[in-house]
Amino acid sequence: MAKQRKIGVLYSRVRVEEKWIFAVLEQRGIDYDRLDDRNISFDLNDPDPWLKYDAILERSISYARGLYSTRILNAWGIPTVNTALVAEVCGNKLATVTALASAKVPQPETRVAYTVEAALEAIEEMGYPIVLKPMVGSWGRLLAKINDRDAAEAVLEHKSVLGSYEHSIFYIQEYIDKPDRDIRVLVVNDEPVTAIYRHSPHWITNTARGGQGEICPLTPELTKICQDAARSVGGGLLAVDIIEHPERGYLVNEINHTMEFHTAAPTTGVDVPNLIVDYLMSVARQEIEVL
Amino acid sequence: MSTNCPECAAEFDLDSGTEENEIVVCSDCGVDLEVTSLDPATVVLAPMEEEDWGE
Repeated sequence: MAKQRKIGVLYSRVRVEEKWIFAVLEQRGIDYDRLDDRNISFDLNDPDPWLKYDAILERSISYARGLYSTRILNAWGIPTVNTALVAEVCGNKLATVTALASAKVPQPETRVAYTVEAALEAIEEMGYPIVLKPMVGSWGRLLAKINDRDAAEAVLEHKSVLGSYEHSIFYIQEYIDKPDRDIRVLVVNDEPVTAIYRHSPHWITNTARGGQGEICPLTPELTKICQDAARSVGGGLLAVDIIEHPERGYLVNEINHTMEFHTAAPTTGVDVPNLIVDYLMSVARQEIEVL
Repeated sequence: MSTNCPECAAEFDLDSGTEENEIVVCSDCGVDLEVTSLDPATVVLAPMEEEDWGE
């Protein structure tokens, strides 16, 4: 008889994605624990309470909690989906950009500066408009499209006094005049499984900000760039966000390691929660090695 | 399953299929609430979004 695998699901709140995943785990009779990241603690000298898990699915809404939990679990040899290494790369824009650049995956031009003066100089060299982004952040939060020098001076000054040192690491990206949409591609184990356009008249097309979904065909070109992007950050369960440049074609804008799919799954009809659980169980059975 | 909003005290029903730790919206005042128990139904004000939240 096949060994029953024990799964943990680390989460912060039950979004619709977690409801769907829990439902699949229950329908398939999989032995699993719900691990609310507000209630757990780790004794770093005593991994025993955690060694019962064959794999842990990390769905924390907090980047820091997910990253640190997976780092501890991975150090103890417990496989997580995704791993701490993947979270580290995907959760930090600079780490993502450098991984993509190393793999020669096309992406928007990006510059980093550490002072207001150096940032202004970099922006003037790039030309307006540009986009300022926080190094860590999601859902389109704290993005600023800068159209001229007045706006650049104002936003940089505000960022420089925000308090956290990270806001003074200025991450500057070229603004892409995209066709009122971007593309979200869900990738499982380096293979794109489905994609949607996210339409919005606003330059931020994230569905968390009101963007609308529509099925996007997975062309060979789109498949290739997503495979390359996924491999460059360590693989796993990923959402690759793509911008269509009018001349340069597909550019990878960001990669999400705890992907939301509340728009992609119903729009495309692809059973994403079952695909996630399939992958998770392959990791738990050690058919896929992530560590 | 009915409960009261801790913000405006309105009584409202939780939909069937609601899970613990799910976020619901008060039908009266619109505040986000986290379901902390189903039987009996209890809710608290949902945590505020933090800077590292996301996907």
